[in-house]
Amino acid sequence: MSRPNTALLAAALTLALGMASPSAQAASAPRPDPYPSTYQVIASPAVLLQGATVLTGTGERMEGADVLMVEGRIAGVGVNLSVPANTTVVDGRGKWVTPGIIDVHSHLGVYPSPGVRAHSDGNEMTAPVTAAVWAEHSVWPQDPGFNAARAGGITSLQILPGSANLIGGRGVTLKNVPAVSYQAMKFPGAPWGLKMACGENPKRVYGDKGGPATRMGNVAGYRAAFIEAAEYLKKNGSGNDSTSKKRRWGKQAEGEGESAGKQDLKLETLAGAINGDIRVHIHCYRADEMATMLDLADEFGFRIAAFHHGVEAYKIADKLARSGTCAALWSDWWGFKLEAFDGIQENIALVDRQPGSCAILHSDSADDIQRLNQEAAKVMAHAQLAGIEIAPERAILWLTANPAKSMGIADQTGTLEVGKMADVVLWSGNPFSVYAKAEQVYVDGARVHDINDPSRRATSDFMLGQPATTGGAL
Amino acid sequence: MTSLAAAVLALCAVPATARELLIRNATVHTGASPATLTNTDVLVSGGVIRQIGAALSAPASVRVVDAGERRLTPALFGGITGIGIEEVSGERSTVDSRLGLGAAGMPVRPEFDVTLAYNPDSLLVPVARIEGIGWTLLGAGSDSEGSIIGGQGGVFRLDGSADPIGPKALFVDIGADAAGLSGQSRAAQWMILDQLVDEVRGRIPLDAKVALLTPAGRKSLATYLDNGGRVVVGVDRAADIRQLLRWSAKHKVRIAILGGAEAWKLAPQLAAADVAVFVNPLDTLPAGFDQIGATPENAARLAAAGVAVGFSQSGDGSHNARKIRQAAGNAVAHGLPWDLGVAGLTSVPAKVFGVTDSVGSIAVGKRADLVLWSGDPLEVNAVATQVWFDGKPIQMRSRQTDLRDRYLQPTVPAERGGLPPAYPAAVR
Repeated sequence: MSRPNTALLAAALTLALGMASPSAQAASAPRPDPYPSTYQVIASPAVLLQGATVLTGTGERMEGADVLMVEGRIAGVGVNLSVPANTTVVDGRGKWVTPGIIDVHSHLGVYPSPGVRAHSDGNEMTAPVTAAVWAEHSVWPQDPGFNAARAGGITSLQILPGSANLIGGRGVTLKNVPAVSYQAMKFPGAPWGLKMACGENPKRVYGDKGGPATRMGNVAGYRAAFIEAAEYLKKNGSGNDSTSKKRRWGKQAEGEGESAGKQDLKLETLAGAINGDIRVHIHCYRADEMATMLDLADEFGFRIAAFHHGVEAYKIADKLARSGTCAALWSDWWGFKLEAFDGIQENIALVDRQPGSCAILHSDSADDIQRLNQEAAKVMAHAQLAGIEIAPERAILWLTANPAKSMGIADQTGTLEVGKMADVVLWSGNPFSVYAKAEQVYVDGARVHDINDPSRRATSDFMLGQPATTGGAL
Repeated sequence: MTSLAAAVLALCAVPATARELLIRNATVHTGASPATLTNTDVLVSGGVIRQIGAALSAPASVRVVDAGERRLTPALFGGITGIGIEEVSGERSTVDSRLGLGAAGMPVRPEFDVTLAYNPDSLLVPVARIEGIGWTLLGAGSDSEGSIIGGQGGVFRLDGSADPIGPKALFVDIGADAAGLSGQSRAAQWMILDQLVDEVRGRIPLDAKVALLTPAGRKSLATYLDNGGRVVVGVDRAADIRQLLRWSAKHKVRIAILGGAEAWKLAPQLAAADVAVFVNPLDTLPAGFDQIGATPENAARLAAAGVAVGFSQSGDGSHNARKIRQAAGNAVAHGLPWDLGVAGLTSVPAKVFGVTDSVGSIAVGKRADLVLWSGDPLEVNAVATQVWFDGKPIQMRSRQTDLRDRYLQPTVPAERGGLPPAYPAAVR
């Protein structure tokens, strides 16, 4: 199976080093980001993880293989890679290496620990459509959950607004590095997400506050919002084809085109979703509602990057695959509300078996984000019971490549391919075991977590000097 | 077909009525001592375990299952849950585990007994039991109009039987989560608990203006004082646990702790007081100011000090009772000896809740509630391949496996005459 590419190493290195640095990448957003990423790669020596079982995230599994990280990039993956000078060599024998885990659905920072009222910053529950808000402006970088997630192998994650609203606002993608500001975590060049929600939550929150009170009210709300956005796009001189639409929108943003009046934060976000600059992520449990949302997307000419939660995704797995829509799912959550009543543990497996599918394991939980590998293992075990064999090299896609794809960062991370960001986890064993631990976690080649090296374990400011965390009796 | 699935099918083929059974060549995790017996046979007759040993001889009629050295455990404890008294958490009309009579002016009702609401036909029962979860302690809690006394629950086997086994347990909540039920101060929780004891002891007349308990409430609460029934206290902060130890010693209340995120700080005191702690090893974050000291090593540290450690969940432990194995596995991954991980799902809860005669161990004379596993029962990559209650195999089916099977088979397009999945698979 393994395909050593030692011979290509030199060329690969050139390619890696020749790539644009993250900070120099052009943002794909229609307007320049007024809250730009200040993320900086932590300079690190070259590292060679040697002799491990490597899951590349491309569907391949290599035994006794090496992963070389140079200047923050994957510089080689294969058997018996040569060791460049000044390289730190890590013995990976008996261990496993995977791409860094990516969670497409997290509320770390916006619903941080401790979960007190003062920290409740995830749902702008003041109107059904709050497309103007950006989750990044709620992120508290000191949330201890970021560190716990990193210890579980999480290297990138999308922070989304909550699901109280029909359209909750923009999500942001972060590199999971400790920082004082969220800008210093912001994934350079990653597109924003737009968080939308189907079903029970908006009904519950707004049912006695002027609506929507029903699912039909929900859909009317989405449509009204996108009708406004389409009008906004038109005023900004959009053409019929998306290319010219995008170009003129960009020009206008730079003050070169016709003026359409003052900037509207809400409509700008929705217009960005229509244009494809902002990726649409929809909290939607039921199969029938997902089908409705696919029609909504067609009506207004946008694409849905992923349905999140999708407890009934297995009922329309073929439709999701055909439409190129990812399904970001839990392994076993069900029954906590009626729209989650039909949850089954094989959901991800049934979605995954469709040709062209994009199955994702997401957390939506400060607890589960620490153990997405275990969540995947549960799906594999139950799929096997139903006669569906899923190999580790396939299951890892749910945690790395597929979330990266839905978040628009697959060209940068999510697989162990030469030239990509060196976001890498060294596991103590097969990661699909309850006993496996992320021993070392690398973000852009920097060792940001090490289970055996206390100097490489981050502590949130909040946890400093907390007597309750130290040993001994009271 | 995998060998695993084939084995399950073979098991399903035998009649499900008899209670005679010989399981051959199992790795038996007894839940008791000795913890593990390899290459061992277990003989069941009349629903009761009769013999445990090597190469047992058996009556000709007995049904024989070759375990092939796979692991056999007692049916597992599912934690403190609302299985059978909760169908859909978000639909209040389907939830019977919580009381809120405050608006009626009678907020403290220890006589509230959730076992009376138990529905053996709940969908949650088969969902849990096909995962090897054989029994649970029903918990009672309070709505916002309730009190820090949640009420009483009891142990149910998940075999479809309608009545609880063993004694009742009383539920109490202490700490920040319950502050809203005690005038916004945890200090008031001890004030209220002391007053309730005064009422039970007759130091406050029934008709006193301040009296909180009904006559039935006094009678119920009395059974939990003076080393009576078990009181399960939900509490996390170490300082609160210290007060709890003082309070329970003073009034001779036999407690167990539920949660106990910071219990490890008082491990020696808990061991000395013989207080078991039901931890959730998946709670590792400082989720609130009562859990600043949360650590994945909680279980390991408690056990090292000699505390009996059981498991329970803090989130949706009713629907996802099956996740308790993962919780135990994580405790083991963080230092708890493996045998104690199994004990926390079997003998520890059975002993604490007074049901060792019925559940929690594989021993001669015990009823045969058993589970055969595809691998390590604490592993996320293992599943229960067969569950027996009283030596009788259950059908390894639930509404969830029915849903799975309905959509497992690809549909035939309508233009080729295919019927929708709503029709039986046989005609599609």
